[in-house]
Amino acid sequence: MLAWTIYVSFLGAAGLALLPREQARLARRLALIVAIAGLGCALGGAVTSEASTRLTTITKVAWVPTLGIEYHLAADGISLVLVVLTGLAAVAGILFSWNIEHRAKEFFAFYLTLIGGVYGVFLSFDAFLLFVFYEIAIIPKYFLIAIWGSTRKEYGAMKLALYSFVGSALVLIGLLAGYVQAGGHTFNLVELARVPFPRDFQMWAFPVVFVGFAILAGLWPFHTWAPTGHVAAPTAASMLLAGVVMKLGAYGVLRVAMPLFPLGMENWSGAVLGVHSWRELFAGLGTVGIVYGAMVALVQRDFKFVIGYSSVSHMGFVLLGLMTLTDKGLSGAVLQMFSHGVIAGLLFGVVGRMVYERTHTRELAELEPMNLGRALPFAGVTFVLGGLASMGMPGFSGFVAELQVLIGAWQSFPAMALVTGVGILLGVAYIIRALQKAFYSGQGTETGSSDRRHSGQPTHDEPSRNRGPNSPAVTDSISLPERIGALILLATTLVVGLYPPLLLKWIHAGLQTPLLSALLKKGAP
Amino acid sequence: MSLGVLPSLILPEAVLTVTAFLVLAADVLWLRRWPGLTRSRGAAVLASLGCVVAVACCAHLAAQGTQSYPPGVGMVVVDPLGSLVQQLLLGLALFTALVTAESRFTDHVGEYFALLLLATVGMMFLAGTENILMIFVSLELVSLSLYAMTAFNKREARSAEAALKYFLFGGMSAALLLFGFSLLYGVTGTLNLTQMPAKLRMTPLDPLAVVAMIMVLAGFGFKVAAVPFHLWAPDAYQGAPTPAAAFIASGSKVASFYALARVMWVGLQPAAGSGVWQALAQGWAPIVAILAVWSILLGNLAALAQSSVRRLLAYSAVAHAGYLLLAVLASPRDGFPCLVYYVATYAVTTLGAFAVVGMVQDQTGEENLGAFAGLRHRAPWLSFCLLVFLLSLAGIPPLAGFFGKFYVFSAALRAPGNLGLLWLVILAVGLSAVSLYYYLQVLKQVFVIEAAPGAPAVSASVLGQVYVGLLAAGVVLLGVAPALLLDRLSAALQRSGF
Repeated sequence: MLAWTIYVSFLGAAGLALLPREQARLARRLALIVAIAGLGCALGGAVTSEASTRLTTITKVAWVPTLGIEYHLAADGISLVLVVLTGLAAVAGILFSWNIEHRAKEFFAFYLTLIGGVYGVFLSFDAFLLFVFYEIAIIPKYFLIAIWGSTRKEYGAMKLALYSFVGSALVLIGLLAGYVQAGGHTFNLVELARVPFPRDFQMWAFPVVFVGFAILAGLWPFHTWAPTGHVAAPTAASMLLAGVVMKLGAYGVLRVAMPLFPLGMENWSGAVLGVHSWRELFAGLGTVGIVYGAMVALVQRDFKFVIGYSSVSHMGFVLLGLMTLTDKGLSGAVLQMFSHGVIAGLLFGVVGRMVYERTHTRELAELEPMNLGRALPFAGVTFVLGGLASMGMPGFSGFVAELQVLIGAWQSFPAMALVTGVGILLGVAYIIRALQKAFYSGQGTETGSSDRRHSGQPTHDEPSRNRGPNSPAVTDSISLPERIGALILLATTLVVGLYPPLLLKWIHAGLQTPLLSALLKKGAP
Repeated sequence: MSLGVLPSLILPEAVLTVTAFLVLAADVLWLRRWPGLTRSRGAAVLASLGCVVAVACCAHLAAQGTQSYPPGVGMVVVDPLGSLVQQLLLGLALFTALVTAESRFTDHVGEYFALLLLATVGMMFLAGTENILMIFVSLELVSLSLYAMTAFNKREARSAEAALKYFLFGGMSAALLLFGFSLLYGVTGTLNLTQMPAKLRMTPLDPLAVVAMIMVLAGFGFKVAAVPFHLWAPDAYQGAPTPAAAFIASGSKVASFYALARVMWVGLQPAAGSGVWQALAQGWAPIVAILAVWSILLGNLAALAQSSVRRLLAYSAVAHAGYLLLAVLASPRDGFPCLVYYVATYAVTTLGAFAVVGMVQDQTGEENLGAFAGLRHRAPWLSFCLLVFLLSLAGIPPLAGFFGKFYVFSAALRAPGNLGLLWLVILAVGLSAVSLYYYLQVLKQVFVIEAAPGAPAVSASVLGQVYVGLLAAGVVLLGVAPALLLDRLSAALQRSGF
C-alpha cells in the first residue's frame, strides 16, 4: 500500500500533463484527489503496519542485476512518520494553491512529480534508488519557482537547483566510492552498513556525503539557497520546500551518511581549532545555524524572509540532534523534521497565500498600517497559533521535539546546548516581532484602510510606493480551501504536541532497526 | 577459409551499399519528378528499408558466433559485440534518414541519402574489424562522406565554412592517425590488433611505440572531439545541415569510440600504464586521462557562455567525450559495456536534441537561445521531448544519461589501483553539476520565458513528431530499464571472449 504513494503521485502528474490546456478547475481537483489518495495510502500503510523494530519490505526486485542494483522499497517507523508528513504537506499545499490559474495543469504536474520523488526517497532502502528519487525532486523545484514564483524567481530557482545538484554530486561521489570499496555488488543500505569500511576511507566519505545531503537541510554556511528559494517560490512550493524537501537532506544524513560511515564521526587524531571530530564540527554548524538563522530572521523587512530564515534555524535543531548520537537527540531530530514540516508549511501558507496574495506586498513596513489582524482575522489567529508552535510552546509539536534535541545536546555537547537556548529565545523574539508588525500593529485603523481602498492612491504619511490597486483585495475573506488547509496543519501540530507518543512510538521503533541501532551503540560514549 | 565466405560476412555492409546506389538510381529515374518533400520522403523510405534489412542480416550473422576473415589478419570480423554496435549504428542511420526526410536544404536528395548510407557502411566496417589498415580505410570513408554532407547546404556560406574547417582538421588527424598506425606496424610487425600485445616490447617501452600511441590518440581525439582536438566541432555542429550535424554527433561518435576502445584495449593493453593519482605510470592511460580532464573542463565551461544552442550542444559533446574517455580508462571487462551503453544512449539523446533544434531552426530561421522562447506554447510535444533529451544529457534520473554517467564513473572507480581514479571522477561529477546550468538555460527559454508576440509558430509534421517521440521514449526506457541493453551487452561481451 505504501508504495502506491509514489505511483499515485507520478500517475497523477502524468494524467495532469495530458489534460487539455486551460482547465484550471479540473486540474486542481484532480491534483487534490491524487494528493488525498497519496495521504490515504500513507495513513493506511502506517495504520496497518505495527511499530516493530524490523524493516517492512514492500517491494524488492532486481533492477540492474549486473551492478547489484535493486528496486527495494521498504519502511520503518521513521519512513512512516515522514511519509505521513509528506502526504499532509502535499494536501495542504494544494489547498493553499487553489488560486493558481496560470498554467494550472503544469503547476500541479510538476508539484505531484516533486511529491512522488519525495515519497520515493523516504521509502527507498537501496542507495541507488534513493539517489534516483532524490534527484527526480530537483527539476520540478526549479520549474515551480522559475515559472510561478515572485521576487527574483529565476535567480532563486537556479540557485536552488544548482545547490541541490552540487549537493547530490557530493553524495554521488561518496556513494560510488563506498559501493566500489564494498566490492561493487550491492547498494542495499542495510548490507552496505555492515561493510567494515576502512577508517581512513570513512573519515573522508562521511563528511562528503554528510555535507552533500545537509546542503539541502540548510546546513550553515550552505543554507543561502533556502531563504532566497523559499521567498521566490510560489506558496505551495515554499510549503513543500520547507515542509518536506529540507527533510530529504536530513533524512539522507540519518539514513545514508551516518549508518554507512559511522567511523567518520569518531575523533580525529588531533584537534583543529578545538574541534575534535566531524561530528563536533557539524553539531557546531547546526548550532550556528540555529542562532544565526534566528538573528537574521529578527531583522528581516520581508515577511517571507522571516519564515525562510526561521527554517534555517529550525533545521539546525535537526542537524544538532542527529549529531548528538543519543537516543533522545535522534528521536528529537526526527520529530523536529515532522514538526517543522507542519509548522513551516503553515507559516508559509499564511504569509505567501493568505497575506501576500491579498496585499501584494510582503514588506513588514507596508503591512504595518494595514492592520491585518482586523482585515484578515483568520490569518491573524492562524499565524498566532503557528507562531506559538514555532516558538516551541508546550502543547505544540515543536516543544517536544526541540526539548528532546536539547536534552540530547546536553548529554553530548553541553556548551552547544547553552548556545541553543539563546537561539530559542531569539525564536520567540522574531515571531513576536513579525506577528506584531504584520497583524497587530494597531497603527492603521479600519477607516484608514478603507479610505485608501476608495481613493485608490497612497494617503497621508504613506511612503509614495504605489500599491493603490492592491489594497482592495485585503477585504477578501479567507477562502474555504485555505481554512481547511490551515486547520489540517494546525490540528496535526496540536495532536502531536499533546500526545507525542503517537509519533515517538514509531520513531523509537525506527531507531531500533538494524540499520540505526548499531549507530546508537557505537555512538554511546 | 576461402574467399567464398567473404560475401556472407559483409552482407549487411553490402546491403547498405546496394541501397545507396538504389537510392541514387531511384532519385535520378523517378523521384526527381515528385515535389520536394515527397521526393525526400520516398528516398528516406528506401534508405530506411535498407537499414532494416541490414539490421536483420547483422542479427543473423551474429547468431553464428565469432568469425574472422582472412583468418589471422582480421580484415572483417564478425563478433556479437561488434554486431550489436553495428545494429545500433544502423538504427542511428535510420533515424538520421528520417531527420533528412523532413528538411529541405538541398535539391540533391539522392546524393545526400547515398552519402549517409556510405558513411554508415564505413562506420559498420569500423566496428567490425581488427585490422588497423582497415580501421584507417573505413574511418576515411566515414570522414569523406561526412565532409561532403556538411558542405551540402549550398545556400548557406556557413555550411561551406563548417565543412572546410571540418575537412582541414579531419585531414590532419587522418594523417596523424596513419602515421601512428604505420609506426605501430613497424614496431610490432603486424596489422592485426589481437596479435599486437604479444609483440609489443614492454620494458622499457619502445620510444617508437610511445610516439605511435600519441599519434593514434591524437587522430582519434579529432574524431571524438576531445580537447585539444575539438576546435572543428562547434563550427561543424553549427554550420552543418541538421542531419549531418546529428550524424556527426551520434553515429560518428559511436563508431570512433568503439574503434578507439578496441585499439587501446585489444591492441595496446600491455602499454596501458596508469592514470592513478600520484602513481602515474608510463603508457597511454595518463594521456587519455589528460584528454579527459581537459575535455570535461573546457567542454562544460565553454558551454556556459554559448548563446547558440547548436554550439552549446557541440561543447556539451566535448564534455561528454571527456566522460567517455573515463570509460576507456576502466578495465576492458567493466569498460566495454559501460562505454557502449553510454555512447549509445548519448547518441540517441543528441540525435533527438538535434532533430528538435533543426525543426525550430527550419521554421524560425534561428537557433540561438531566444528562438526557443515560449516553445512550450508553440510546440508542446517537441518541448517535452527536448526536456527529456536535455535533462538526460545533464544526467538527471530516471533518464538514460544519468545511468550512463553513473555506470561510467563506477567502472572508472573499479579500475585497478584502489579508487585511484577518484580524482577524475570527482572532477567529472563536479562539472556535470555545472552542466545543469547551461541545459537549464535552454529549458528556461522553452518553459519559463513567454514567446515574443508574433513569434513564428513551430509546427512539426506528424512523422517528425513521431520519430522525435520515439527517440525520447528510448531515452526514458533505457534509463528506467537499463538492464534491457546491459543484459544483451554483457551476453555479447561474454560470447566475444572479453
